[in-house]
Amino acid sequence: MQEQPEQFTFDFHKEKAEIVRQSGDELSIKMGDFAGPLDLLLYLIKQERADIFDIPIARITQRYLEFIKLMKRLDIAVAADFLVMAATLIEIKSKMLLPRDPSLPVEEEFEDPRQELVNQLLEYEKFKSAAGMLHERATIEQAIYTRGRIETDEANEEVDATVFDLLTVFQKIAERHKDKVQMEIEREEISLSDMIKDLKRRLLTDGEVSLLRIFEEMSNKRELVTAFIAVLEIVRTEHVRLMQASTFGDIILKKVEQPA
Amino acid sequence: MSEESEALEEVAQEEADPAEVVEPRPARSPGELVSIVEALIFVADEPISTKMLADVLVEPRDAITAAVEQLQADYLERGAGLQVREVAGGWQLATRTELHEDVRAFLKTRPSAKLSIASLETLAVIAYKQPVTVPEILEIRGVQSATSIKTLLDKRLIVAKGRKEAVGRPIQYGTSKEFLIQFGLKDLTELPSIEDFEDLTQGL
Repeated sequence: MQEQPEQFTFDFHKEKAEIVRQSGDELSIKMGDFAGPLDLLLYLIKQERADIFDIPIARITQRYLEFIKLMKRLDIAVAADFLVMAATLIEIKSKMLLPRDPSLPVEEEFEDPRQELVNQLLEYEKFKSAAGMLHERATIEQAIYTRGRIETDEANEEVDATVFDLLTVFQKIAERHKDKVQMEIEREEISLSDMIKDLKRRLLTDGEVSLLRIFEEMSNKRELVTAFIAVLEIVRTEHVRLMQASTFGDIILKKVEQPA
Repeated sequence: MSEESEALEEVAQEEADPAEVVEPRPARSPGELVSIVEALIFVADEPISTKMLADVLVEPRDAITAAVEQLQADYLERGAGLQVREVAGGWQLATRTELHEDVRAFLKTRPSAKLSIASLETLAVIAYKQPVTVPEILEIRGVQSATSIKTLLDKRLIVAKGRKEAVGRPIQYGTSKEFLIQFGLKDLTELPSIEDFEDLTQGL
């Protein structure tokens, strides 16, 4: 069976957005992103060349529902707010079909069921234009460049740590170790070269290593000293950088990308 | 450590001795003031206000205003690559719009991701109705704006401005200084009135 190709074309923000349903399995979707139900409604009113103050509610409701159905058919999740608007449109439509209550006094002004929606649309339209204006401003601003941030000690947390800062951290840990009641357990000594190897491996995998953590991992003073010397050795021989975010804070050993 | 405490002492001394603050300094010629103002606008990370320049340089405000105007005129006259702009209540040095292609080529940047239509609409409502709550935004836009509000908060274009004294005490939002900077606005009054848009849409 030859299926009739359906074609819906939506013009939105000058970008032509369209939903083209072709026969068979082939389906191509190009769709403008409607910012909300009011946006869609305004679009439909414009497309129908209808007067916003005299919305042909039956026709617009039908078109609106068609669109929602289409979205569903295309498996596009229909936001709840779009459904709320559908309900509102149907309600207005039914209200307009009802004959006027004859018991009401003749002089009483007839309230158009569409009035609230019209007010809402007019209000929304203003902000939609304002959004367009902001968009234009932002586009113009993107052609203007200002100076980048100047590096100051305050702005840059990569304050170089000195050997003295290193010593302070070391001392702090050593101090803490002293306080701990320790059980002496025989343990294999770690050689300096093993320690350096281990540190390098960690630097390579993690990119950076917290010295506070390294030192804390050491179980006795001897290891601590070995670790300390290993850090000094790595700083001397490798492309690394010592960083300290705050005075007396933790020191981070960071690998520096080598120039090609 | 010792250096730091010394510096602190110095500051304390300065504060203790008001005579030092008001110490007369050789008068600057208008030309010098233009140069100094240019230097300060250049180093400032954010647009620097006339008041701030006046305070730092201990000069009357109108002298600063005259210097900035002179600087703008100088740049314009020699067709400089830079311009002095008034943004977010301060002065800023920026490249001239016309040069964007070359600047972009050098920086190897492309125009950054723009805000979605939904986010721009939400931003417009907040800019014109601030301080405004989420339900109030929903009323105008007819759609939930939670995602847009999060985007705008992440981009620091809007900030929470207290809570409304209403049921549930909802958070109120307003635009930030960053908003003025990013949209090149001197202040909020520079935004066209929302009623102007009414005329615009009616005219179409």
